[in-house]
Amino acid sequence: MGDFDFSVWQPSLPFIRDGLLFTLRLTLIAMSGGIVLGTLLALARLSPNRWLANAASLYVNTMRSIPLVLVILWFFLVIPYLTGKPVGAETSAMITFTAFEAAFYCEIMRAGIQGIPRGQVAAAQALGLSSTQTMVHVVLPQAVRNMLPVLLTQTIVLFQDTSLVWAIGAKDLLKAADVAGKNYNRPVEMIVLSALIYFAICFSLSIAVRQIQKRGQQ
Amino acid sequence: MIEIRHLSKWYGPTQVLDDCSTHVAKGEVVVVCGPSGSGKSTLIKCVNGLEGFQQGELVVDGVSLGDAKTDLTRLRARVGMVFQHFELFPHMSVLKNLMLAQIKVLGRNPDEAATRGLALLERVGLKAHAEKFPAQLSGGQQQRVAIARALAMDPVCLLFDEPTSALDPEMIGEVLDVMVELAAEGMTMMCVTHEMGFARKVAKRVVFMDHGHIVEEAPAMQFFEAPQSERAQAFLSKILHH
Repeated sequence: MGDFDFSVWQPSLPFIRDGLLFTLRLTLIAMSGGIVLGTLLALARLSPNRWLANAASLYVNTMRSIPLVLVILWFFLVIPYLTGKPVGAETSAMITFTAFEAAFYCEIMRAGIQGIPRGQVAAAQALGLSSTQTMVHVVLPQAVRNMLPVLLTQTIVLFQDTSLVWAIGAKDLLKAADVAGKNYNRPVEMIVLSALIYFAICFSLSIAVRQIQKRGQQ
Repeated sequence: MIEIRHLSKWYGPTQVLDDCSTHVAKGEVVVVCGPSGSGKSTLIKCVNGLEGFQQGELVVDGVSLGDAKTDLTRLRARVGMVFQHFELFPHMSVLKNLMLAQIKVLGRNPDEAATRGLALLERVGLKAHAEKFPAQLSGGQQQRVAIARALAMDPVCLLFDEPTSALDPEMIGEVLDVMVELAAEGMTMMCVTHEMGFARKVAKRVVFMDHGHIVEEAPAMQFFEAPQSERAQAFLSKILHH
């Protein structure tokens, strides 16, 4: 134990903070974008239009069958071919995570929508609401509320998975710890610091999820 | 107001409605009864297009439901429906339940919708509960809110699909009282119900169904005093002696 030197934490803090801010921003963007896109995908999967439903399920099943790190890497390398100019690692990470997480949020939202009793839809229709209005005002708000714990749990997984942007060199929390560790020649101490931060955030979020679940059961 | 002519409906190979014909005139109350599985709920759900049908004709307030060009959404806005399981929207307050369709379908402004909603809640005796959520109310209170929600759309007629079947016995009365009042005010009503006391009191006619057929249709008094068909006699002897 005597060989550890945790005094390097102090000078590296501004660096770590920048990394953490990027990680949080990436998580928030991928979560909000992923839930919106995922809900649209869920609606497409449940649509009576066969083509739309098949296209959406092809997308979802493809994304769910490929390792995330491969998608991150592939997207980063292929974008310059498509647009003619490279996008930064950070932008590329945000687009990739939104697109990838949407597949997972889609399945959660699909289960949530299917869990709403048919009588609710009948009641909305009987009042003269159109199918879009029924979805927006009656079905989706209840689906999101029922699925909130699962959506948040997925977000915790997403938060941890953001560390995979390390593969394309985006400066997230893990990368910042890695760089600082190399600067001060104290890699182990810096990795421990980043692990503690990941743990503190994930653990408090899962406590929050449990509280929401408890409240939901009452 | 409601004209049902030779209506037939199948679920796959199973026929659930077989050549049903009846009508409800403006201001009339018609009770539909019969054993479970007789098709009475299916019939009433056809009236506002929640269920489709394959043969026959159904005209509500001059609008033909079989016509592919009919705008079902617009028709439903004018035909109120009350369900067995209330189906209030659990994520909205009682008052919001009454306001939603007024605003989104009728285009009323929120103040107008709230005023109308509160007036109707007062009428069913629940104004004090306007800000509560449906789950905080008893079954009988929820069903009264559901009736108020249907009335908020100023419907030309009301459909009731077993409105008291999911209620504890001591709550049935409060819901029937509201329905009796509506009938007395001249509301056109078609009710699927087993509440024979209600039928006796307010129904002009009783339609008795079994196995997808309309077996008997008679003025209420005549139906209860002297049912013509054997099946209606058997049905009445069962439910009246319990």
